[in-house]
Amino acid sequence: MNIEVAGQNAFIVYFAEQASAAVSAQIQAAVRNIRAGMQDCLVDLVPSYASLLVIFDLDRCDSYSVRRQLRDALQQLDAADAAAGELVTLPVYYSSESGPDLEIVAERGGLSVDQVIEIHQQQEYRVYAIGFAPGFAYLGEVDERIAAPRLATPRQKVPRGAVAIADRQTAVYPAMSPGGWNLIGLCPTRMFNPERNFSMPVKVGDRVRFEAIGRDDFIAAGGEL
Amino acid sequence: MNGFLVQQPGLLSLLQDRGRYGAHNLGLTTGGPLDFVAFGWANRLLENEFNATALEIGFGGLTLEAEVETSFAITGAQAPCALNGESLAQWQTHDIGVGDKLEIGFVSQGTRVYLAVGGGFDISPSLGSSATVVREKIGGIRGDKLQAGDRLPCRSSKTARPCRLPAAVRPEYGQSASLRVVLGYQHAAFGPAQQWRFFNSEYRLTERCDRMGFRLEGETVHCDLVGMLSEGICHGAIQIPADGQPIVLMNDRQTIGGYPKIGSVIGHDTARLAQLTPGSSVRFEAIGIEQAHSIHCLERARFERSSLRLEPI
Repeated sequence: MNIEVAGQNAFIVYFAEQASAAVSAQIQAAVRNIRAGMQDCLVDLVPSYASLLVIFDLDRCDSYSVRRQLRDALQQLDAADAAAGELVTLPVYYSSESGPDLEIVAERGGLSVDQVIEIHQQQEYRVYAIGFAPGFAYLGEVDERIAAPRLATPRQKVPRGAVAIADRQTAVYPAMSPGGWNLIGLCPTRMFNPERNFSMPVKVGDRVRFEAIGRDDFIAAGGEL
Repeated sequence: MNGFLVQQPGLLSLLQDRGRYGAHNLGLTTGGPLDFVAFGWANRLLENEFNATALEIGFGGLTLEAEVETSFAITGAQAPCALNGESLAQWQTHDIGVGDKLEIGFVSQGTRVYLAVGGGFDISPSLGSSATVVREKIGGIRGDKLQAGDRLPCRSSKTARPCRLPAAVRPEYGQSASLRVVLGYQHAAFGPAQQWRFFNSEYRLTERCDRMGFRLEGETVHCDLVGMLSEGICHGAIQIPADGQPIVLMNDRQTIGGYPKIGSVIGHDTARLAQLTPGSSVRFEAIGIEQAHSIHCLERARFERSSLRLEPI
């Protein structure tokens, strides 16, 4: 573990060279310790794949005291606590109607469309980071057989709820936006809801499973085509 | 609630408080005034709260009609200002009455004008802040820049102590700046020759400067890293993508990203950077985190003692 300066009021803690479930669990434990230890000296935290950005309040503390608090917080990472995040199941309507790139992903892997759908559901994913846009959760890692590079030309409009793959990452688009990921289905669950207290169904460190639903169930759950 | 009616919205007028903090876990950025120094003075002149909501007027062009009797102050970039057609000084308090027309013309020096009103604009916060981030559709009114016909609610609050900030204390907005950088992040992956080049060259602001980031051009700088994992980006971070041209990440930056960073510009200097126009030149100066803290404390003390400096009018 390595504490580096990031800016005038920020440190970044590097936990490992690569992302993994174990590293993610460590970061979650560190988040809890740092929140408890730094209290109102803490301005914000940005957990990501293998790092944690810690932003502190320059009017309440200085870099010496923060560095020390971080060292303490990182020494006692509770492995028991670090077990695993919550398991969240997200329904997906997989079809060529809702996932225009399903066939491309299948072709790349020498698979049938049904196999792609099956493989995407087989795995439990970890929420490694949230960013890019409000509510955009980076999930890893998808089976190598369905990994697919980003589109050469990003789409101008990716619909809200689009379930997508880029390399070995998968995600649900929280809102309509431009995007270059491969679209394989639609999820009716709102990933980010500004009207409802900005709630999100997942947080960094949680585990996610996808579950196929039919067209009717998708519509019934509030999905739009 | 009454307030001000927007007749002409200007190019990019945004309601801002000091920013949205504690929401990075949802992927939300901070927003807030690009030049928090000028923003701070506008509120200070009116004895407003530290975090009161004011208007950041990008490039000017705003016309408002008052529906309340109150006081206001205009700071930041230099722009022709007029009340009912009569020319008006910046960096001081003024009174305004019902039906009066306040015009802020286009900027002639600097880029961001700040308008504060007595007691601040009354905007209900989203996730603890009124800061408008258009990309996230959050804050302000509808999460968007001002449009003609918008109403900016505020109460009637005339200042009992009309005052101005003496010229000697006001920030100056020129065509160049030296930006102090706290070395950090991947700086070690930029070799000594690359670092020397970065800190001894002049960079120019391109046209591609917005609230997310300011893109600069000049000597290219390269680092040895390949395949970096995305990580949290702090305010002022200098990102250097493969083309070797630095981007200073500002208030509306995305919260995580995967480009190497050599360090971060301190807040006081991003405020100055924000007031520069395309074509302006900047240089970078490396400082340590302790020195950055000293600068912060000094500037903070200057601002806190500012009541001693305000001239009554």
